[in-house]
Amino acid sequence: MTTELILFFSLALIAIITGLGLLISKNAIYAALYLVLNFFTIAIFYLLLGGAFIAMAQVSVYAGAIMVLFLFVIMILGAEKLGKSNTVAWQRPVAIILSIILLIEAGYVLFWRTAPVQAAQTLPDGFGGPASIGNVLLNNYLLPFEITSVLLLVAMIGAIVLTHKQKTDKEV
Amino acid sequence: MTTTDLLSVFPLLILILWACLVLLLDVFLKRERLTTILTAIGLVVTLGFSISQNNLNLTGFNNMVVVDNFAVYLNIIFLGSGLLAISLAHDYLKRMGINRGEFYVLLMFSISGMMLMAIAADLIVFFLALELLSIPLYVLAAFARPRVESEEAGMKYFLLGAFSGGFVVYGIALVFGATATTNLSGIAARIAEHQADIPLLTIGAALILVGFSFKVAVVPFQMWTPDVYHGAPSAVTAFMAIGAKAAGFAALMRIFVAALPTLSEQITPIIWVLAALTMIVGNIVAVAQSNIKRMLAYSSIAHAGYILMALVSYGQSSVASVSVSAALFYLLSYAVTNFGAWAVVIAVEKAEGKGLALDDYAGIGRKYPALAAAMAIFMLSFTGVPPTLGFVGKFYLFRAVIDGGYIGLAVIGVLTSLISAFYYLRVVVIMYMRDGEPEVRSEPWLNLTTAFTAIATIVLSIFSAPILQWASQAILSTF
Repeated sequence: MTTELILFFSLALIAIITGLGLLISKNAIYAALYLVLNFFTIAIFYLLLGGAFIAMAQVSVYAGAIMVLFLFVIMILGAEKLGKSNTVAWQRPVAIILSIILLIEAGYVLFWRTAPVQAAQTLPDGFGGPASIGNVLLNNYLLPFEITSVLLLVAMIGAIVLTHKQKTDKEV
Repeated sequence: MTTTDLLSVFPLLILILWACLVLLLDVFLKRERLTTILTAIGLVVTLGFSISQNNLNLTGFNNMVVVDNFAVYLNIIFLGSGLLAISLAHDYLKRMGINRGEFYVLLMFSISGMMLMAIAADLIVFFLALELLSIPLYVLAAFARPRVESEEAGMKYFLLGAFSGGFVVYGIALVFGATATTNLSGIAARIAEHQADIPLLTIGAALILVGFSFKVAVVPFQMWTPDVYHGAPSAVTAFMAIGAKAAGFAALMRIFVAALPTLSEQITPIIWVLAALTMIVGNIVAVAQSNIKRMLAYSSIAHAGYILMALVSYGQSSVASVSVSAALFYLLSYAVTNFGAWAVVIAVEKAEGKGLALDDYAGIGRKYPALAAAMAIFMLSFTGVPPTLGFVGKFYLFRAVIDGGYIGLAVIGVLTSLISAFYYLRVVVIMYMRDGEPEVRSEPWLNLTTAFTAIATIVLSIFSAPILQWASQAILSTF
């Protein structure tokens, strides 16, 4: 138990530090690399909770594919250095008020929620494994799963329509 | 997957497959007219299958979709809007030099998203439907690129659409946190068993309301509307004004009436204020517009306010079904009138965004009496003057609001309608009383659409009883 606690708190510390680093660093590349580190720590959290599959998905999809995309976009655009940020004057106080509201909301959910917190159930064998996820995805959630594929197709068509060179004179 | 599952999404399946097919065929077809005809055939076939689902009352995919008469009624509106949009776009796209087959494909995908919205009964499906209908609309709004206004419209619509999508997802997450389910019937059951966390649920419901309010352009979430409606190609705007609005209201009615009637004590005041604000701001700002597209954009905001009025009494089970059918009837009347008005706008519009000022309508009354008469009919219908469809729609709507006991809101509605008479009738006055040398395009499909919608606006108002009968049968199945 204690080793797990030590592991949890040291990971939590890393997650918070990398999260702050992401926000504070002026160079967009460093920020992206902090985010990669953050995703990795979250993946280990999932592992601690027994979700091996979701941990792997986190690493391969978020820390892998999406972050590579981020880095490429930053480098291609040459947007490593943030220009002088011109913030709106009232932005900061509003942001502070909104974050306080969010914190209160989160605190409420944690401490004063009316419905009793249910004790953690012993999970069935193979819960969160590839087999059970696939089972749920292709049985209970078949329709959302298929619609998502249509959605991706539409997004792809849209991107091509918007970026492809004009060929309006098709009828000629 | 069972046969019932397949049957419940069958029209949707046909439309999506047809859209993929048209996308492929468009590459090989030399004559782009064929793409238009194929799209129209696809929509008509889907319409046939949708109508055949009337009175079937299916549920499929573990209660993720519900095909009741409410869904069938809305699907018919969506598919009919699609057909009208094609007839508006056919010559318009050629004239504006943006004739590409993807227009029709994206239109079909957007309609499939709307149809999914009408049959959705699970919050996850609502979100996916919202994205499926929105993403093609973002692209269609920017379809006239590299014209700057059109690109701006696409960009603005995309950014604010993504932003509002975030509200919906966060709301869904909180509702899931409060009830441990995303299924509407499951949520209702959890609330009935007192197992739901009510404050959390209320915040979630409010966020969902905000997210969809962006989509249907309710004040104060309407900022994008005039720019997007102005910048997008007119045929797209006409479709967007109906499709996205009807789909957004379908989602709001389904979620709130079917799953959250117990929250009405907290939610009703919010909807009351939103509806009142929308009617007031939409109508008053429309008075100041000199561009017909922007004027119609503000008019569409105002009409969103009228439709939202129907939702105020959603918690009273005796009135809710009457309100829903009044809103459905109003959507139909708004759809017919709106397409007619946009058809006239397209007839007067010229390339490079010219011919859109109100002054360009001067002299139409003398030179093109038929077109002017049609426009006058649409303007009267927007105002709500008998004998037009708009009058009947407003009548049923106000009656439902008064039945619910919200006299104050009905009074605001009537007063703002009076304000709206000013800017609608101004168009009529400019057409008939001022001299000018207007140039109007005469294209067969455009004229047909104008004539069809003008006749429908008058005739359907006289024979409104069967439609209302149909709308009143289109109540939500309450699981």
